[in-house]
Amino acid sequence: MTRRVDVLVVGAGPAGLVAAARLAAAGARVEVLEREQRAGGVPRHCAHRGFGGPPHALTGPAHARRLTEAAVGAGAEVRTGVTALDWTGPLALATVGPRGAETLAARAVVLATGARERPRAARLVPGTRPDGVYTTGELQQAVHLYGQRIGTRAVVVGAEAVSHAAADTVRAAGAEVVALVTDLPRAPAPAARTLQARLRHRTPVLTGTSVTELLGRGLLSGVRVRHRDGRTATLPCDTVVFTGDFVPDHELARHGALSLDPGTRGPAVDGALRTSRPGVFAAGSVLHAAESAATAGREGAHAARAVRDWLAEGGTGRAHWPTGVPLLASPPLLRIAPNRVTPSDRLPYVLRTAIPLSRPSLYVTQDGRPLHRQRLPLATAVPHRPLTLTPRWTHRVDPAGGPVHVALA
Amino acid sequence: MTVTASGPLPAEPYDVVIVGAGVVGCAIARRLAHHPALRVALAESRDDVGQGTSKANTAILHTGFDAVPGSLESRLVREGARQLAAYADESGIPVERVGALLVAWDEEQLAALPRLAEKAGRNAYHDTRLIGPADLYAREPHLGPGALGALHVPGESIVCPWTTTLAYATQAVRAGVDLHLNTPVEHAGHHDGVHRLTTPRGPLYARRLVNAAGLHADRLDRSLGLDDFTVAPRRGQLVVHDKFARALVRHILLPVPTARGKGVLVAPTVYGNVLLGPTAEDLDDKDATESTAAGLRALRAQGRRILPALLDEEVTAVYAGLRAATEHDDYRIRAHPAQGCVTVGGIRSTGLTASLAIAEHVTGLLTRTGLDPGAEHPPEPVRMPNLGEAFPRPHQQPERVAADPEYGVLVCHCERVSRGEIRDALAGTVPPRSLEGLRRRTRARSGRCGGFHCGAAVRALFEEARGREEARR
Ligand SMILES: Cc1cc2nc3c(=O)[nH]c(=O)nc-3n(C[C@H](O)[C@H](O)[C@H](O)COP(=O)(O)OP(=O)(O)OC[C@H]3O[C@@H](n4cnc5c(N)ncnc54)[C@H](O)[C@@H]3O)c2cc1C
Ligand SMILES: Cc1cc2nc3c(=O)[nH]c(=O)nc-3n(C[C@H](O)[C@H](O)[C@H](O)COP(=O)(O)OP(=O)(O)OC[C@H]3O[C@@H](n4cnc5c(N)ncnc54)[C@H](O)[C@@H]3O)c2cc1C
Repeated sequence: MTRRVDVLVVGAGPAGLVAAARLAAAGARVEVLEREQRAGGVPRHCAHRGFGGPPHALTGPAHARRLTEAAVGAGAEVRTGVTALDWTGPLALATVGPRGAETLAARAVVLATGARERPRAARLVPGTRPDGVYTTGELQQAVHLYGQRIGTRAVVVGAEAVSHAAADTVRAAGAEVVALVTDLPRAPAPAARTLQARLRHRTPVLTGTSVTELLGRGLLSGVRVRHRDGRTATLPCDTVVFTGDFVPDHELARHGALSLDPGTRGPAVDGALRTSRPGVFAAGSVLHAAESAATAGREGAHAARAVRDWLAEGGTGRAHWPTGVPLLASPPLLRIAPNRVTPSDRLPYVLRTAIPLSRPSLYVTQDGRPLHRQRLPLATAVPHRPLTLTPRWTHRVDPAGGPVHVALA
Repeated sequence: MTVTASGPLPAEPYDVVIVGAGVVGCAIARRLAHHPALRVALAESRDDVGQGTSKANTAILHTGFDAVPGSLESRLVREGARQLAAYADESGIPVERVGALLVAWDEEQLAALPRLAEKAGRNAYHDTRLIGPADLYAREPHLGPGALGALHVPGESIVCPWTTTLAYATQAVRAGVDLHLNTPVEHAGHHDGVHRLTTPRGPLYARRLVNAAGLHADRLDRSLGLDDFTVAPRRGQLVVHDKFARALVRHILLPVPTARGKGVLVAPTVYGNVLLGPTAEDLDDKDATESTAAGLRALRAQGRRILPALLDEEVTAVYAGLRAATEHDDYRIRAHPAQGCVTVGGIRSTGLTASLAIAEHVTGLLTRTGLDPGAEHPPEPVRMPNLGEAFPRPHQQPERVAADPEYGVLVCHCERVSRGEIRDALAGTVPPRSLEGLRRRTRARSGRCGGFHCGAAVRALFEEARGREEARR
């Protein structure tokens, strides 16, 4: 038996909750499916502050609570413990939860399934398979949600913002941070963050250094590292946290054969967050693993507007579903989202660079025709931090033309 | 039902003690459990069954088509494959008969295929068929370019090695075999017809001994004064790929062995992943189950040739197993009547397949050491939880979820493991004593996220159950 709703949102993180709140407030029948026992997504286990609107003073759990209350208050049905398993039709999903299996059909689906960090195996770090190996996500849940014990000395792999969050969690658990290790030549986190780690916590931030092997049988005894100049060392530790290196949780997108963007590996979307399948939208970290919760929320709100337009036009079969042209980021730019473009797009673009860039300018072209040039308000752009490109040039795009390229000027 | 992991051991001599609870030792225990008059114990140095080579292999249920014709291994693999297929069916162990293709990438390999078909015939396997490149690429459209042909071996299957070992152990323990974990046998002495086995938990006594200690079988034999073989570990590293890779391959893609080496295989798993490996490295260290940068590099280079798209998918695990190779080109299974002992040595790369036939063979040899097993009475059948993708999982069975909503509450999302399955595993006859043990019983935490989403929740369920267990004691 199939139950029908107006809009199905998959994932109750910031993106999905904001989308659901807006849509419910506008009168749509919205159901949010969340496979965890509690709504809120990743912020549920981010004990640190840095969430909510400026000055970003909320802790993750407080932010998660507010977003959930707002969605529920607006009339969205937020169902936790329910997993969207697979598609049973273009806009229908098979689900399972404690109340059993159910197929849900909708007039629009919003994928807001988030992202995860690559664990040790995916990074092909050789060595033994001891206990004490974490990602930030697992570590935060272990310490902040379950009060579990971790080891006493931890090496944090990565030195971006999320790596410092991991280091703080290690300290909150009463353990020592041996070092943060990054293979980048410069620490990618904001300078103040790196300085604070070095000076206040006396935690070394080792740049140009990669982890080459995990040691120890049963329990971790240390990690082997190699510096770019060839020196190697063993850092004794009983815990290692692999941070960052996010990948989108794109399982449903792939099962649905939605087009993926090769740069983000998430579903390809245009500026209205439309995927390749009419009626299916996507927002948040699944599009660009991972940006801030504020970005995810902003996209949730944006997707809600696009969904409303789609519903107002009558949905599948009647409404217009432009697919736009591909929007490609040229190296050393790593990725851009949205990654398709139509002339009416109004959502700012987020990009990442593979290498540090000084005084970067972006240059947008289509078929050799310049569309836009923009100096970014940064002395240096660094990897692992977002760059933003305005959408104020999209009206110049020829929807019948070739791909649009974003390159460094 | 007795499973111990600490404290002193029983002082009464057992009729038979089996040393080593790998797939072979567990199969032998299960076989001896057919004789209710026998008092049998299984002694294992680690905290779980199947923690040695039995957990870390390529999980293929072989036909034995490429064994050495006339060898003991050839016969036991052939018989064991048949027996395990039937046992798996009865016990709920997932098996998929996907068939294998030995893919020839050059003229030398192509020329070897007819010889392999002929050798298969001498191993009483007659279903092989040579296929040309068109047929090959029709069967395997994602195969890398340049393959010249293949030998199709339709009987080769994939199986769950973890459930197999656990099913044997569960059935044996339920039928009265005592399982003593954390019990490394450090020394064996034989006096007046009784073995005194030295362990850190105190002595264990046995009238008959079965040495199924895998990589360490030679050492145990030496303490009995036997010097029949030396184990030389041969490491095999393997890379497991995400479930998205499963659609890329339909058969087990085997390398064609030639004078210049053995190559690696690409094989689906019953869990819906794809394996790439193994390496073959001769080592001295019997604990060297770590992976190496060189090994992984070599595997990925070969994988890129065999199935290029495989390398675009995420890696979900890397592991290594050690084959118990010896100087002999066959299994080394011997009865030593004077020592009241049977040694099961050299079970190199086919022991999972052959396990049930090895068990039967060993039981026969035990009677030759003077053991009277008494009447035979088959133990109760077991029904194991299904870990395979080709069969319904609990959350996919509406009637099970309706009867017990815990099967609808997914905890490990990548592998879709429900809280009900984790609860059942923790309350099993042979319960897990580590998160790894829980993983082998449920698949929890073995998916693409490596625990990012579920690791802490799974650990909480595990620690809660352990806490309850300790409170009870
Ligand atoms: C360790 C860490 C620290 C961070 N710190 C900050 C910070 O200080 N400030 C900041 O702004 N941002 C921070 N972020 C980033 C922020 O958490 C993300 O931007 C934000 O959570 C993205 O929201 P989302 O809704 O896209 O995805 P998520 O928050 O990941 O939510 C996705 C939800 O979808 C659910 N889901 C997935 N698949 C299914 C399915 N098939 N069925 C049902 N449900 C499903 C998941 O369970 C999850 O709850 C941090 C991230 C991490 C990992
Ligand atoms: C890479 C690789 C791939 C393989 N692929 C396949 C395949 O596809 N199909 C197949 O059929 N076979 C395969 N095999 C072979 C198969 O895994 C082995 O033959 C089988 O697991 C051997 O089982 P075992 O019980 O003899 O050894 P083990 O599993 O090693 O068990 C021996 C046990 O004895 C214990 N032990 C040792 N010493 C002592 C002591 N002194 N006291 C107490 N306990 C002790 C150990 O802890 C261990 O648990 C493969 C092997 C490898 C390495």
